[in-house]
Amino acid sequence: MKTLLILGAGTGGTMVATKMAHLLDLQEWRIIIVDRDESHYYQPGFLFIPFGIYSPSDVVKPKRNFLPPQVEVFFSDIEIIEPDQNRVQLRYEKKVINYDYLVIATGSHIHPEETPGLMDGAWRKNIFDFYTVEGAIALSRFLKFWKGGRMVLNITEMPIKCPVAPLEFIFLADWFFHERSMRDDVEIVFTTPLAGAFTKPRASGILGNLLEEKGILLESDFNIMEVDTTNQAIRSYDEREIDYDLLVTIPTNMGAEVIDRSDMGDELNFIPTDKHTLQSPKWENVWIIGDAGNTPTSKAGSVAHFMLDVLVDNMLRHMEGLEPLPKFDGHANCFIVSGFEKGILIDFNYDVEPLPGKYPLPGFGPFSLLKESAVNHWGKMMFRWIYWNMMLKGEDMPFESQMSMAGKWA
Amino acid sequence: MSTQTEIILETVEFDDDGFMVDPNAWTPEIAEAIADDQGIQLTDRHWVVINFARKEFEENDEPPTLRRITKRTDVNTKEIYQLFPGGPAKNASRIAGLGKPTGCI
Repeated sequence: MKTLLILGAGTGGTMVATKMAHLLDLQEWRIIIVDRDESHYYQPGFLFIPFGIYSPSDVVKPKRNFLPPQVEVFFSDIEIIEPDQNRVQLRYEKKVINYDYLVIATGSHIHPEETPGLMDGAWRKNIFDFYTVEGAIALSRFLKFWKGGRMVLNITEMPIKCPVAPLEFIFLADWFFHERSMRDDVEIVFTTPLAGAFTKPRASGILGNLLEEKGILLESDFNIMEVDTTNQAIRSYDEREIDYDLLVTIPTNMGAEVIDRSDMGDELNFIPTDKHTLQSPKWENVWIIGDAGNTPTSKAGSVAHFMLDVLVDNMLRHMEGLEPLPKFDGHANCFIVSGFEKGILIDFNYDVEPLPGKYPLPGFGPFSLLKESAVNHWGKMMFRWIYWNMMLKGEDMPFESQMSMAGKWA
Repeated sequence: MSTQTEIILETVEFDDDGFMVDPNAWTPEIAEAIADDQGIQLTDRHWVVINFARKEFEENDEPPTLRRITKRTDVNTKEIYQLFPGGPAKNASRIAGLGKPTGCI
């Protein structure tokens, strides 16, 4: 009996488990998946919780519901990965699992303790994150009774999971305060270490204009050094100081601690990954999906989905003694909610930045690329259903893994 | 800017953002000239960063990020901002003759 071991049962790990359970001969293979958490979180939904659009029950379901019965599941922390010995040790009863193939899907997580002052007493009082379900809920309680003032949204450092989420948060906040007739009482400031609103120049321009239209102040090239909770101010390394009444932070994002313990990651615990084959350059039976790796594309579920077919094909090829194919192109697409029931869709890869056009059917759509539309907003809202009912279950989706130029205007 | 700096910089090809087109054409003299052009007098501490960036580029084909520099050398973030004012990773990379550090996505 051979073993395929999958670490992490989030979006990436669950999809790999489901797909491999169909493709491998289960007389010959056992598939094991390990995760420390019994709940599966629809992370794109966290964004909506602070504004009362989603409740926690919309975004949390038991992981078991999405894992095929043929797959063995262990809920446990991972003590250490020993890729030279092809084995992993769990915390739970110090169980050792020997594997033939390993897929790492341990994701990325926020680390507010990396920024001095961030957790000094004001954490979840007037400083919040929305990258955890607890943070999003705490923020929803705060916003319910907030009378207004200056809201600062700070991105600590790149890369972060879902790089458009901070912008969406701001657009939704602008809409939320309008609806409550208190927009005039709130000043919204967006501070980012990037040179503009987004990482890709063309999209950054369009999104930057939207910020301006909505009266949102952009403080770019802002690398936060510390939070001064006494004076309610954040300071940058180049000695700029910005006051806040409410600070919403996107803390430093890092890969799982076990990656560090196992000495497999870079300085942020992201695992070096061949960006086209998704294989580890160091251990040929180790494969990485989603935001656990250091591939220079967005750390987002859509990317994990586009990685899936390439990773699975390459692993199967490797099992047959064939070379992996360099087929992953960095394809990402994101619905960006822009408030007032509108949204923007962007579609891009390693080499091509987001362009205007129609998606997924060239010329028809129904979604418009790099442009605000109501249909894009409903696409995003429908996506939660698609995620739980189609994507995690490995149903066919009408999107190609590789990015297409059809229907785009270069 | 000294005349010598001008003479050196004229022999070097830069892209639109002011980064050297060919990292292999870099020399320590060019680094001094680019720094001088930015009003920076290079000290041993600057060279710790520059040499590290060059070494990283040779090994990984990519200039290091700020976090990588501060984690792998004894130069901390506060100091690197003082050494290379206004975007240290970018400026260090420019002086080291490397490309723009890949903005993360």
